[in-house]
Amino acid sequence: MAMTTTPTTGAPTPRFRPSSREGILSWIGTTDHKRIGIMYFWTVLVFFAFGGTQSGLIRAQLAQAEQSLITAEIYNQMFTMHGITMVFLVVMPFAAAFFNYLLPLMIGARDVAFPRLNAFSYWFYLFGGVFLYSSFLLGGAPNGSWVGYAPLSANAVSNMAFYAVGLQILGVSSLASAINFITTILNMRAPGMTFMRMPIMVWMTLVTSFLLLFAVPIIAVALFMLQFDAVFGAQFFQPASGGDPLLYQHLFWLFGHPEVYIMILPAMGVVSEVMPVFSRKPLFGYAAMAFAGAAIGFIGFGVWAHHMFTSAIGPVPRAAFSVATMFIAVPTGIKIFNWVFTMWGGKIRFTTAMLFSVGFVSMFTIGGLSGVMHAVVPHNAQQHDTYFVVAHFHYVLFGGALFGFISGVYYWFPKVTGKLMDEKLGKLHFWTWLLGFNLTFGPMHLSGLLGQPRRTAVLPEELGGTVELYNLLSSLGFVVLFGSALVFLYNLIRSLRRGEVSGDDPWDARTLEWMTATPPKPHNFDEIPTITARDEFWHRKYAEDEQHVPVPVPAGASVDTDEHAGHGEHIHMPDASVWPFIHTMGVLPLGYGLVYANWWLIGAGVVWMVAGFFGWIIEPLAEGDDDEPATALAAH
Amino acid sequence: MADTTQAGAPAEAEGGADGHHPTQQEYIRIAVVLAILTALEVSTYYFEFGRAALPLLIVLMAIKFVMVAGFFMHLRFDTKLFGRFLYTGLAWAVVLYTLTLLVFVVDANQ
Amino acid sequence: MSVATHETSMGLDHRKLAMWIFLASEFLFFGAFVSAYLLYLDTTNRGPGVEIFDIPFTSVSSFVLLMSSLTMVLAHNSHVRGDMRGMRLWILATAGQGMVFLGGQVYEFTVFFREGLDLTQSPFASSFFFLTGFHGAHVFIGVLILLGLYSLSLTGKVKVGQDVKTEMVGLYWHFVDIIWVIIFTVVYLIPELRVGG
Ligand code: HEM
Ligand SMILES: [Cu+2]
Repeated sequence: MAMTTTPTTGAPTPRFRPSSREGILSWIGTTDHKRIGIMYFWTVLVFFAFGGTQSGLIRAQLAQAEQSLITAEIYNQMFTMHGITMVFLVVMPFAAAFFNYLLPLMIGARDVAFPRLNAFSYWFYLFGGVFLYSSFLLGGAPNGSWVGYAPLSANAVSNMAFYAVGLQILGVSSLASAINFITTILNMRAPGMTFMRMPIMVWMTLVTSFLLLFAVPIIAVALFMLQFDAVFGAQFFQPASGGDPLLYQHLFWLFGHPEVYIMILPAMGVVSEVMPVFSRKPLFGYAAMAFAGAAIGFIGFGVWAHHMFTSAIGPVPRAAFSVATMFIAVPTGIKIFNWVFTMWGGKIRFTTAMLFSVGFVSMFTIGGLSGVMHAVVPHNAQQHDTYFVVAHFHYVLFGGALFGFISGVYYWFPKVTGKLMDEKLGKLHFWTWLLGFNLTFGPMHLSGLLGQPRRTAVLPEELGGTVELYNLLSSLGFVVLFGSALVFLYNLIRSLRRGEVSGDDPWDARTLEWMTATPPKPHNFDEIPTITARDEFWHRKYAEDEQHVPVPVPAGASVDTDEHAGHGEHIHMPDASVWPFIHTMGVLPLGYGLVYANWWLIGAGVVWMVAGFFGWIIEPLAEGDDDEPATALAAH
Repeated sequence: MADTTQAGAPAEAEGGADGHHPTQQEYIRIAVVLAILTALEVSTYYFEFGRAALPLLIVLMAIKFVMVAGFFMHLRFDTKLFGRFLYTGLAWAVVLYTLTLLVFVVDANQ
Repeated sequence: MSVATHETSMGLDHRKLAMWIFLASEFLFFGAFVSAYLLYLDTTNRGPGVEIFDIPFTSVSSFVLLMSSLTMVLAHNSHVRGDMRGMRLWILATAGQGMVFLGGQVYEFTVFFREGLDLTQSPFASSFFFLTGFHGAHVFIGVLILLGLYSLSLTGKVKVGQDVKTEMVGLYWHFVDIIWVIIFTVVYLIPELRVGG
């Protein structure tokens, strides 16, 4: 290949820099957004298996009334870790996997703005997860639920110090990604890629990143306070000295409600990419989609107290937050109609990816409707802390976020690997997934309305036979889902090994990421394309005749795989670096030190991280320093 | 920004005014103003300002804030976008936390 | 990172843009501390309250921090003019003032401890120490960064013409300063009005 992606300037190669693109070291030192995205994906699968196992135990325990397969203590740890895992270690990083892989490709960039910071985010995520899970070996996992309400959670028996510190670590990871992605989107779009030409996925990346930017610092404070209450005897939430537990609830949900949009907007982005391709139509109401996303993000900050209707807040705030919450249904509804109208009159191809997207829209709508029901204050008093709420948020999180992401996996798998996933297995996966999902969570609506309390280790017999039946159905649903997940895993691995070769543009797609080689080269594009339209790739392939029917442009779509394009141009790619890895590892001693109030460990962690940071900034960059004056400019 | 445009940037790319940065003397003059404002603030501790004290303190704080951000952080000479980030963050925090504190006070003992 | 400024979509430096984005989020961070402090202003659990503050003392250290912003901006100004000796001098002056401020905080905390105000005394105490402590941590990190910048300019890693680096450090430093401008008024001076000092 004529092009060099490895630096050729005479700068010395630093000692620890992995120079090959193979082997474990090349992954540890990678700064390539695509490889980081892939690492996110596999890590997510592992944590999904953990979280799934925990939910299996929960369902086994509740399959019948008055069972005691596991103790109440273990039960508490299971539902807590299940919630934390699914929210912070599965859904959020799943979104990060997509953002990482796709964002630069979709805006026509060679990488994100800060590749090493990007690696830093991944390692912080991984170590945060490892840290949280290590609690199982160190006296028991957190058991005070994923919301960690104080003052119970500040009590030593709740093991919530691991929760407080672990989530803090994950928050740093999210914040760093958010800053990185916002900078990338604002500053690294290809020529002609105006805001209103960006794919909706990029819009959702932007909105999600802003939500993280403004929400993560809030929970950071809540967690610091909680942890200092738990470990160092601070008095923030201790009623005995006048502390107010409501403060914790406010801070948590000030973060917590934006957080639910942090989880769902990325999936909405995925679906907005998949639907037009398989309907062979542009997305209906592009601008409305983009602005509805932004509006959801904006209003999403002003509704947090709807999680506290049954706490001690007055009637006026209750009414205000109730109305504000209902307002969110407006932009959400706009989105749902737009997806439907995208399909309307289209030439629909029901590939697995499309099926999952349609599944997303239908399941998410159900979850959204039960959400509006919660927003009605008297309703809420009845539903709060029952299985009805559990049904609601699984319809939005599982039926919503997860369906969307899986759709994305089927859709972009060929982009990442150059191979297609098996469609037969895919359809088997989809239908069993849909069935298992509804079997598991559908009945929870009913058992919840009949009064089944959530977060309760034993299903009380006095709730009656109907509730028991619903629970049995839910547990059976879990079995179906488990089987379905195995089909998915098998399909993934089989397709990786010997999937059908996909070619560069298997779906007749519309956006930029399909315009380059598949799988993409390290530098993404040999030549940065100039953008002239929304759905750039489509417009290079098709023109419209008088009836607005797309007709192929002869030889219009030259997929950018020409080995000799841009001959001789030197492309600057970010260097590999192991420093983010080394630097972030210091968070482990720091974290344990904070949990055990051990100043030696805290000191060691801080020194480690500071040293790692200096290693990071003084590491010579072979491609030249960021703003190397005179000499380096000449080498450009 | 003088230092970035030196690299031969297209002029239209630069969002903000390309105005000159203050000189050392100007910076020092700004600092003197800041010092006087601080002295005024502290004087509320020594003298009785009555009901004027609270608004006075808030106005002084705001002026100091805007001056440091505007001159020392170069917001006045840089692209508007940066200022928008800063003041959006600030406004967002003020709105959210004011609402939160309001929820604590508005008929909380229902 | 290697993309020169003029190649970016908005004609802005990545690093400066990222720094401003980060600073925007910091308001939400400090805002939560301030809210907790205001909420617990009178929740002293029969311990000391705001009357414990030593306004003259805090005024002096606030003034020092404010003036450190001046030396910081002078450091940047020198760097832009290619005067690296001047830049190093002003950087050291800034770090020095930062350390004076931190020393003042340590002194203040020690006095409060002696007078019966510690983290575990009351929600008021916890939120006071948290707010000022986390601000202090920001100053501490700032001092480390300043010293780092100083040493890197000695080794030649930070050169003439790379004044964006000094500017970035400056942005952070000034931000920490304007947060203190708010804290000084909201935490110290305004509550003190009620005490009628
Ligand atoms: C149409 C939009 C939505 C509305 C109106 C809505 C409304 C609500 C309300 C009022 C509650 C409080 C229920 C209670 O505990 O009493 C709630 C809980 C919850 N929602 Fe939503 N929601 C919506 C969308 C979402 C989305 C998109 C997600 C996540 C992707 C989500 C995740 C959750 C979760 C996890 C809880 C449970 C929190 C807990 O543990 O108490 N919601 N929702
Ligand atoms: Cu909510």
